[in-house]
Amino acid sequence: MPPRVNKEKCDGCKAEHEPLCEQICPGDLMTLNPETRKAYCRSTRDCWDCMSCVKICPQGALETKLPYQLGYYPAKLIPLMGTNKITWTCIDINGKVERFVIKTRND
Amino acid sequence: MATKLPTSLAEVQEVMLETDLLVIGAGNSGCFAAIEAKKLNPNLKVTLMEKAHIDRSGCLAAGMDAINTYLKKGRTIEEFVRWSRSQAGGLIREDLAVSLAEILNQPTEQWEEWGLPIDYEEDGDEYHTRGKWDITIKGSEMKVILAEKVREHGCEILNRVVATNYLTDGNRVIGAVGFGVRDGKLYVVKAKATVVSTGGAAGIYKPYQADGVDSHHYLWYCPFNVGTGYAIGIRAGAEMTTFEMRWCATRTKDFNGPIDTISVGYKTPMINAKGEKVLEERYAHLGGDAAPRFIRANVPMEEWQAGRGPCYVDTRGMTPEQIRDMKIDYLNERPSFVLFLAARGQDIRQEPIEIYGNDPYIVGGHTASGYWVDRKRATTLPGLFASGDVAGGTPNKFVGGCAAEGMLAARGALEYINRLNSPTKVNSEQVAVEKARIFAPALRQTSEGDGLIPKEVEERMQRLMDEYAGGIHQFFRMNKEGLEYALKHLRLLKDQTKYLIARDLHELMEAHEVVDRLDVAEVLIHHLLYREETRWPGWQTRTDFPSRNDEKFDCFVNSRRNPETGEIEVFSRPYEQVVPGDRYRP
Ligand SMILES: Cc1cc2nc3c(=O)[nH]c(=O)nc-3n(C[C@H](O)[C@H](O)[C@H](O)COP(=O)(O)OP(=O)(O)OC[C@H]3O[C@@H](n4cnc5c(N)ncnc54)[C@H](O)[C@@H]3O)c2cc1C
Ligand code: SF4
Ligand code: SF4
Repeated sequence: MPPRVNKEKCDGCKAEHEPLCEQICPGDLMTLNPETRKAYCRSTRDCWDCMSCVKICPQGALETKLPYQLGYYPAKLIPLMGTNKITWTCIDINGKVERFVIKTRND
Repeated sequence: MATKLPTSLAEVQEVMLETDLLVIGAGNSGCFAAIEAKKLNPNLKVTLMEKAHIDRSGCLAAGMDAINTYLKKGRTIEEFVRWSRSQAGGLIREDLAVSLAEILNQPTEQWEEWGLPIDYEEDGDEYHTRGKWDITIKGSEMKVILAEKVREHGCEILNRVVATNYLTDGNRVIGAVGFGVRDGKLYVVKAKATVVSTGGAAGIYKPYQADGVDSHHYLWYCPFNVGTGYAIGIRAGAEMTTFEMRWCATRTKDFNGPIDTISVGYKTPMINAKGEKVLEERYAHLGGDAAPRFIRANVPMEEWQAGRGPCYVDTRGMTPEQIRDMKIDYLNERPSFVLFLAARGQDIRQEPIEIYGNDPYIVGGHTASGYWVDRKRATTLPGLFASGDVAGGTPNKFVGGCAAEGMLAARGALEYINRLNSPTKVNSEQVAVEKARIFAPALRQTSEGDGLIPKEVEERMQRLMDEYAGGIHQFFRMNKEGLEYALKHLRLLKDQTKYLIARDLHELMEAHEVVDRLDVAEVLIHHLLYREETRWPGWQTRTDFPSRNDEKFDCFVNSRRNPETGEIEVFSRPYEQVVPGDRYRP
């Protein structure tokens, strides 16, 4: 399932020569809509849910959703990148919240 | 941002580059090859051609939670080879496995110095182990760390350039051709030596999740590794080995995610619908929980067929701390699996995790499929070296082994460069032919505006392979008649690729992905037909030849496509035992 783009938050990475989500996607799936200047996924069936785009988005505008055929609504998994760590917040369909702080690099 | 597709060949700009060492595929193995070359000779020009972006490309894009191959203190090379050999049903290139094991630990230790967090045992200075050979890591950023080092070593990186064929002089490889999926340019890179490290092939078979609107790529393996490295070798006449040893494995059901994280990491037993510990109780004679990987892949399939499915890994005995740790492991490797559990609202202490087989992949880092190489990782084409998931003969390489093999390939390539004394020239006729081939789907879109879009060809191929060549919907089983049917239609499909159209550069990439997958699938069928026995039930199950036939097939099955005629010749090569002992036991 492609990441959902929050149109309010996405600023099209104006300052970059190419939006960061577009630069990073291993499947070449993210790009900008030339009219709205907002990101979108060009081939929704082809996303691997690797979350590279979600991790890199500076505006927190992207959210991974599972295809409904595989998992129910409205679970969430939100990464927040730090310098040497990543913080994940996971909310399941019953509203149960879990938080994980994981080291990503040796200091 | 996407550039417009060319409407004529004259519009296509050409970028001509020259380098000493070209690495095709800047994944795990390719990055280690590039860095090793620079370490050995900083004056060398090293260029990496990468279809995606080096920071997050290939298998490591989302990270890893373990390095499955590391020799801990006290473990020997012989032990490692014996284990790998028994896991692969007794048939591996032991000479290659030994040379790999000799330097296996180097990349892991290097990664740690570069900043990758590796877990330690609580009471000491030893890495924390998961199974016999696995160490656990916090690897979500490991590819980003590796890419930084490639840049620091002064390598030239061509991101978003898709390799489509080798440049050749006779049968010698002198670089590669590709196109820019962003700039629409033709890239011609002439090189003294070339390392291919494009990973394995996903998407040859239909995944069972494909029915969902947005779930076509719920694959275990990286769906953007489509087997191009195999395909360009096949087209150039390189010898390939053991494609029939397909990578079918037990995966988490529906999500198709890695399973070792739970089953090896937390020693959760595999159970069937009746609650029986299947491996322990029903497959004890084949090794129980330590049975070879193909046996373990086949078990959930057998249980379903016998009416005892679905199967699970029994997580109900895990402690809350273990479950938390397990989720952390997944967040480092396949984070969306944690979302999957949340989206199922599943408390795995109450409800175990369901497992099933995956769509089969061709992945030489897990099984033995790929280029036939020597100890230097030289392929049968002079000037071309192979490493990682694309190189054959050595199963069970995984992260550490693929990285180490990249180093070996670089060393081999540098020795070749130092011996080189005959200069070559790029054949402009060859480049013109390749340019026309690359952009044909774009030009057809301009001239005809009608034809086949890559996705429909891909889905036709995937369904054929699934139903007639032992896919997941056939419980991995196949016979001669089915395989011949698949082959007949694959040939038709290959012929029909002339009707492919591409409406943008992304679709042009997709067009070449399906062309490459078809070449891999065709060779795969030849291998499956040749091995008239069942050596690895699950990986390779011939219902018409259900037993192992050592007299005829205790050997490697190899193939070579004749570049002039397109004929695929299949033949065998002898197995040679290097490490003594029972081949079927660790
Ligand atoms: C989900 C998952 C979990 C895994 N878990 C583990 C684990 O826990 N422990 C372990 O040890 N191993 C694990 N593995 C296996 C291991 O990650 C791989 O075997 C290994 O990293 C492969 O390295 P590679 O360099 O051959 O391939 P990759 O790292 O995939 O590199 C291939 C590169 O080639 C590029 N490429 C492909 N085609 C082209 C083209 N036409 N032109 C240019 N570039 C191209 C790709 O974009 C990519 O960058 C896992 C694999 C997966 C997919
Ligand atoms: S990275 Fe985020 S802000 Fe930038 S274009 Fe993509 S979604 Fe929008
Ligand atoms: S999750 Fe991964 S594959 Fe999907 S759009 Fe984002 S970067 Fe691309």
